This record gives sequence, C-alpha cells and structure tokens, in this order.
Amino acid sequence: MPVLAPIGRAFLALLAVAGRLSLFGVAAIVHAVRPPYYPRLIGKQMLEIGYYSLPVVGLTAIFTGMVLALQSYSGFARFNAESAIATVVVLSVTRELGPVMAGLMVAGRIGAAIAAEIGTMRVTEQIDALTTLSTNPYKYLVAPRLIAGLVMLPLLVVVADVIGVFGGYLVGTYRLEFNPANYLKLTWQYLETLDVVSGLVKAAAFGFIVALMGCYHGFNSKGGAQGVGIATTNAVVSSSVLILSANYFITAAFFGT
Amino acid sequence: MAPVPKIRLKGVKKRFGEKVVLDGVDLDVAAGESVIIIGGSGTGKSVTLKCILGLLDPEEGTIEIDGEEVTRLSGRERERVNAKIGMLFQSAALFDSLVVWENVAFGLIEGKGAARQPAKEAAIKALAAVGLTADVGEMWPADLSGGMRKRVGLARAVCAKPEILFFDEPTTGLDPIMGDVINELIVKTVRDMGATALAITHDMASARKIGHRIAMLHAGKIVWQGPVADIDRSGNPYVDQFIHGRAEGPIRMAVRA
Repeated sequence: MPVLAPIGRAFLALLAVAGRLSLFGVAAIVHAVRPPYYPRLIGKQMLEIGYYSLPVVGLTAIFTGMVLALQSYSGFARFNAESAIATVVVLSVTRELGPVMAGLMVAGRIGAAIAAEIGTMRVTEQIDALTTLSTNPYKYLVAPRLIAGLVMLPLLVVVADVIGVFGGYLVGTYRLEFNPANYLKLTWQYLETLDVVSGLVKAAAFGFIVALMGCYHGFNSKGGAQGVGIATTNAVVSSSVLILSANYFITAAFFGT
Repeated sequence: MAPVPKIRLKGVKKRFGEKVVLDGVDLDVAAGESVIIIGGSGTGKSVTLKCILGLLDPEEGTIEIDGEEVTRLSGRERERVNAKIGMLFQSAALFDSLVVWENVAFGLIEGKGAARQPAKEAAIKALAAVGLTADVGEMWPADLSGGMRKRVGLARAVCAKPEILFFDEPTTGLDPIMGDVINELIVKTVRDMGATALAITHDMASARKIGHRIAMLHAGKIVWQGPVADIDRSGNPYVDQFIHGRAEGPIRMAVRA
C-alpha cells in the first residue's frame, strides 16, 4: 500500500493536469476563432515566431542535412548503396528531421519566451489588468500566439526542408564527390507530395503545441521570479515531449500501413 | 424606497483549499461614495476586490453592481460590466510591451474600439490630469519611478471615464510625500468624475484622506463600518488596535515578536 499510494496520487495529478490543459486548449481555440481578432498582435507574433526563428532553424537544418549525408554515406557504403544517399536525405528531412528539429528549436526559443512573458504578466497582475480593461486575456494573449504558431511553423519547415536538403547536397557533391546533376535528380526522383505534406501537417501541430504549452504554463505561473522560471522550464520540457510523441502518432497516421 | 447601492456584497464567502479567506462579507457602497476597506495583511482585502472585479469566483453569496448580480456572468457580459470599472493596482500593473500613452489609452482602444489618434489625445489629457507631461507618454513603463507608475496607473484607470474606481493599496511602496500626492490625486479625480470608489489599504493616513466611510475586515468578516470621522471613537477593539498599530489586542498575528 505505501508503494501504491504515491503512484496513485501521481496518476491522479497527471489526469488533473491533462484535464486543465484540455480545458485551456478548448477555451483558447474557441477564443481564437471568435471575434474580436487582433491582427496587429497576430502579425507581431508571426514575425517573432517565423522571421526571428529563421537563423536558428536554418543553421539546425543545414547541419542536420550535412550530418545525414555523411552518416548515410558511411553506412550505405558497407553494402554499396551510396546512390540512395540523396533520397534518404530528402525523405528524412521532409518527413521527419525538418519538422521535428524546427519544432524543438522553436520550443526552446519561442515556447520559453511565451511562458516567460505571459508568466511575468501573471505575477505582476498585468493579466488581471487586462480583464479590468474589458479585454479577454485569451483573445489578447493566447489566440494571436496560437494562430501565429499554427501558421508560421509550416512556413519555417518549408525553409528548413530546402536548407536541409541543400546541406546534404553540399556534402554529397563537395565532400563525397557525387555528380551535382545526378544528386539533384536522385533527390527529386523518389520524393512524393505526401512526404512534404506530412511534414507540414506535423509542423502545424508542433506550432500549436509550442504556443499552447507556452501560454498554458505562463498563464498558470505563480510565486514571482521563481514561478516564472519554473513555468518556462515546464513549457519547454512539456512541448518537447509532446512534439516527439505527436510525431509518432502523425507518422503512424500517414505511413503506418 | 432606498436607492440601489452601486456595489452590494451579501454573504460573500471564499476559501482556498481548507483556508477560509472571506466568511460572509456584507458591504454596500452607495453611488458617489468612497469606501475604504482596512485590515491587516492576509485578512482578505485583495480577495474581496478580486471577487468584485470577477477575477475570483466566490463560493457563496452575491455581488451586485448597479443592482445586477455579477458573480455568474459569462465572459462577454462580464466585459460589459467591467467597462464601468477602472482599477489602480498596487504595483500599477502597467503593460511592459506598450509605451505609457498606449497603456493609458488601452481601455479606449481595446475595450471600447476607439481609433488610436483620438485615444492618444485622451491619454495625454489623462496624463496631464495626474501631473505628467506629454513626453512621458512616449516612455516605457520600465523607465518610470514608483510614483510615476502609480500616476500612470491612475491615468489608465480613469481614461475611459468609468463609473466605479477601485484602488488596491494606492500608497504602498511610496515615500510619504509621494503617497500624499497620490492621495490628493485620487480625491480630486474621484470628485471631478463623480465616481464611486472602493479602496483597500492598511495606510490609515490614506484611508482618512480618500474615504467617506471605512470598513474594517478581520478574519474574513466586516467587523466594523462607519464614517471616517467616527473611526477614532468606534469602540471596536479590532479597529482600535489596528488604527493605533498596537501589537497587543484581539488581532493575533501569525508571527509575534
């Protein structure tokens, strides 16, 4: 019994968090689709999530593509399948690595920033002030971030896909001495629309997760600077874990036959 | 037939877990009246205010504003009621991401849909009314002193011409001179607007200056209320101990010297 009780309490606590998160998510979606809208805030968040994340996502993508090409070469050379490198790089990047790496980078950069900003607003009564000024905090703070995350992550992933494939191309042609035209031909040969679409669907889901977790933890932060720090950490950790688990389920839905 | 009070609390109870914070608060505030709730730290002053503002839901009792029960209102209806309200927070709760004039005009722009230019002009007028020049309007909240933040908070509270003003510890954290300046501003603003005011404070100088009537909150109940002039002869042991700042008396603090 002494062993079971803490497990039971932890499980109940987990269910309570899941319930609160679900209610928060539903309220956020309802407020995001109902007017009034805040186009200026949505634009600002799009700039923050999309444009200002480009350098970190681009750098991550190019090195991921380069490493993938090198690793594939050293592995595939063992059974003379070097010609598959271009295909492996493009499929890996568009289906998996582009959206997952971009999602994790944005979780670290944007999820933390959202939780810190909203958390600070919570502990300094700025969210209460919004309410007293007849402004719904869900519409003003949460909805613009959710919409921006949902829209900008797929766009970031398009850029990440192109840069990642380009990274593989650089290593393939300059270091592994593939014929450039042949490498590009192999890149396109087996790429299908579904490969790219599945990656973009993942990106939209990851963008939603990052924004939702940042807002949820920020909204529920308490206790001053320490509380904001905890909210920030929780936002990054929970969105990273949810991204990786959602990645499995979306992959299974698209390719799980 | 007696006029309907501007604000009426009847049997308001609020608890956090096992801790009962409000244990049946009854209070009427007439239109045009300034009522001050005094009491020690942790007696439920802020919770009372948050219940009236709709930031917390009481478990029992009713809260009426202009005769309308407001404790169970939906989001939109609450926003309509909050449009009658202006609030000066203890920390001023200015929005860090907006310059001063945008903070002051926030209720007009976001709450009432006013255009930015006329809203800016109204904000600069409100700043002038609290003794701040137009150039302060272009500053960021982080660049303001404590006294200036309170003034900006007061300008924001009154800019949209609310019928009811709430003040949460308006002089806390200010030096005595600046505290008196803020008190004078509050008295002048409330009088000029013909507004109803409800303030919470433990600063007796402030309470005597800005209030018509004082209510003493202790252990979640109003233990005495009456005109400011009567407080020195209230005959209530809680009030006597509080206004004279004595350690000995019926009010027991959690930590004693």
